Amino acid sequence: METTTKSIATIDKVASTNGMTPKYELLGKKATRFGFGEGLVTLGEKYDNVVVLGGDITGSVMTSYFQEKFPDRFFSSGIMEATATLVATGLALSGKVPFFASYGAFAACRNTDMLRISVCYNDANVKIGGGHAGISVGPDGATHQVLEEIAITRVLPNMTLIVPCDFTEAKKATFAMGEFVGPAYIRFGRTDTPMFTKDDTPFEIGKAQVFREGNDVAICACGPMVWEALVAAEELVKDGINARVINVSTIKPLDNATILAAAKECGAIVSAEEHQITAGLGGAIAEVLVKNNPVPMEFVGVNDTFGGSGDPDELMKLFGLTSVTIIEAVKKVVKRKASSK
Amino acid sequence: MSELKFHIYPLETGFHGATRPIPNPDLIAKYNYTSFTPFKNSKDNSDDYIAVAAKEIRRDIIRSLVEAKSGHSGGPLGIADVMATLYFGGVMNYDPKNPWMDGRDRFVLSAGHMAPVLYATLANAGFMEKKELLTLRKLNSRLQGHPGRDMGLPGIETSTGSLGQGMGIAAGMALADKYVSKNNHRVYCITGDGELQEGEIWESAMFAAHWKLDNFCVLVDRNHCQIDGRNPDVMEVDPVADKWKAFGFHTIHINGHSISEIRAAYEEARNTKEKPTCIVAETYMGHPITFMNDDYRWHGKPPNKEQAELALAELAE
Repeated sequence: METTTKSIATIDKVASTNGMTPKYELLGKKATRFGFGEGLVTLGEKYDNVVVLGGDITGSVMTSYFQEKFPDRFFSSGIMEATATLVATGLALSGKVPFFASYGAFAACRNTDMLRISVCYNDANVKIGGGHAGISVGPDGATHQVLEEIAITRVLPNMTLIVPCDFTEAKKATFAMGEFVGPAYIRFGRTDTPMFTKDDTPFEIGKAQVFREGNDVAICACGPMVWEALVAAEELVKDGINARVINVSTIKPLDNATILAAAKECGAIVSAEEHQITAGLGGAIAEVLVKNNPVPMEFVGVNDTFGGSGDPDELMKLFGLTSVTIIEAVKKVVKRKASSK
Repeated sequence: MSELKFHIYPLETGFHGATRPIPNPDLIAKYNYTSFTPFKNSKDNSDDYIAVAAKEIRRDIIRSLVEAKSGHSGGPLGIADVMATLYFGGVMNYDPKNPWMDGRDRFVLSAGHMAPVLYATLANAGFMEKKELLTLRKLNSRLQGHPGRDMGLPGIETSTGSLGQGMGIAAGMALADKYVSKNNHRVYCITGDGELQEGEIWESAMFAAHWKLDNFCVLVDRNHCQIDGRNPDVMEVDPVADKWKAFGFHTIHINGHSISEIRAAYEEARNTKEKPTCIVAETYMGHPITFMNDDYRWHGKPPNKEQAELALAELAE
C-alpha cells in the first residue's frame, strides 16, 4: 500500500502522458453545488421563462443565488418535494422551464413516483437538481448521503442524467440542461472537491470526454471520482500501466461509442462512482459491455451499504472512494485481462 | 432577454403500433355516432340543455366501458353532471377546433381512473369523433386506461393516474399563469374523495393557498366510496369541507347532481379573489343507474352486456 497512499491533498498536478490531451491540474477546491447555483443565474439572465422552485434548503443547494437575482421568478414551495415536482410539471406544461432543487435523498428517492408519472411519462421539461450526493456529505450521516439516485433516475424513460465532475463543469452542465428540452436530473455534491476543468474544457450532454489517453485500461468515472481517477492514472505509470480516464458526465443517455472504443482499445474497464455499485454508472457500462464486448471490468463504489457520520475525507477513505481503491481495481482488472488472453 | 421555446402539445410519443384500433362498425351504427352534432358551450345554455348532455355522457360511458370490458363505472357516472356543467355551461373557455390555443382554461382530472367520463365529455364537446370512444383501453388507442398525454389526444393536458399528483400539476399550471404568463386563464381540477387520503393533496392545498391561486378551482367528488368500501370503513376523510377551509381555501358545499348548484358554485369560485376555491360536491357513485347507485362495488368494474342494456334503458331519452 506504500505507493498508493497519496491522497487528493498531496497530488496537485496531473501531467498528460502525451500531447493529445490537456493537462489537468488542481485549480482549487469548490463544491459542485456552487456551480449549479451560478449556472442557474447565468441561465436566468439569458432566458426569462426560467423559473425556480425553492425547497427550504435554498442556501444549501444554492438556488438562493437565483432567488436574490430574480425574486419574481422564484417560488418558495416549503418542505414538500413531491408537490414542488408536481408544480414544476404544471409550469413546464405551461411553457416555463422550471428548476427544482433539493437534496438527492428527497429530489430522487422520495420523489420517484412524481418523476416517473408526472415528469417522465408526461415528458415534461422539468429540471431537477439533486444535491448532497454521495458519502462526501460528511457529518449529516446516512439519511442525507444519497447513494441510490443514479440507479433510480436512469431507469426512467425520457430522463437525462448528468453528473458533473467539478465546479466548472457543474456550471456548464446546468446551463446546458436548461437549453436542453426534456426531463433532466443533475447530481451535485456538498463538500468542496477538486476543480480541474476550465471554461474551454469540452462539455456536451450525452458525450463522455476522454480526459487522459491510455491503452492498458480505461477508468470510467463520474463526479469527484474523475479527479481520483486522474490521480490514480499518474500513480499507475510507475507500474507501467497507462490508463485512459473517461469523464462520463452524462450517465443517461450513455455515450456507448466512447465506452465501446475504450473497451476495444484498452481491453479492460474500471468504473468509479460515489454511489452504490449496483445499478449505477458501473451497472450502466456493464450493460453495454455485456451486449457488445464483454471485456474484464471492476467496479469502484459503495458496496450495498449505507453511509454514516464523519469527516468527508475520512469517509471517502473508509468507503474506498479514493485513488487508492481505483489503483487496486486497475491492477486487478489488468491481471484478469492478461490471464484471459 | 429571450424565451426558451419548446414544443409541448400535442405529444404523440405513446403511439407504439402501426395503426389505431378500429371501432366496431356495428356499434357506430347502433349508437348513431356518425350523425352526432357536438353540444355547444355557452353561459346561455339552460340547465335542461346541460342535463341532456350529462345523460348523453353517461350513455357514452356505459357504451365505452362495455366494449372495453374493463375500467371504472361508478365514479365517471357520478361526476357526469359536474363535467357537463364545466364543458357546456360556459364555465370553461376552450375551443375543440383549436384545442391547444393560448389562454385556454385547463382541466386536470386528478382522479385519473375516472377517464371514461373525461373521454365521453371531450367527444360530446367535439374534441374527437364519438366512434373513438369505442376504442377505450385497446392497443394503441388514444383513450388509455388512465389519461396519457403521450397519446396526443386533444383536451388531455396531463397524464394522471397516480392519485394525488394531478392536483399539484394543476396548481403549477395556475401558478404559471397567475405569476408568469398572466393570460388570465383558470385551472379546473377534479379529485376523488378517497384520493384525499394521499398526502400530496394536502401539500398541494397548502401550496395553492400560500400562493393565493384564485385562478385555481378544485372540485372534490364526494361520493363517500372507494374501491374497498365506504370511506369511513377504509380511511375516514371527514370533515372534508372543514379540512379545505382550514388549509386556506374558499370552500363551497353543494349537491353534485344539481346543475344549478354546480353552476352557481363555479361562478362563486370565479368571483373569489386571493384564495383558491374548493367545491365539495356530494354525489352518488354510479348515479342514477338503479343497480349501481351509491354502491362502492361499482368503483372499479365495467358493466357486462346485460347490465349495459339495462343501464342504457334507464338512460333512454
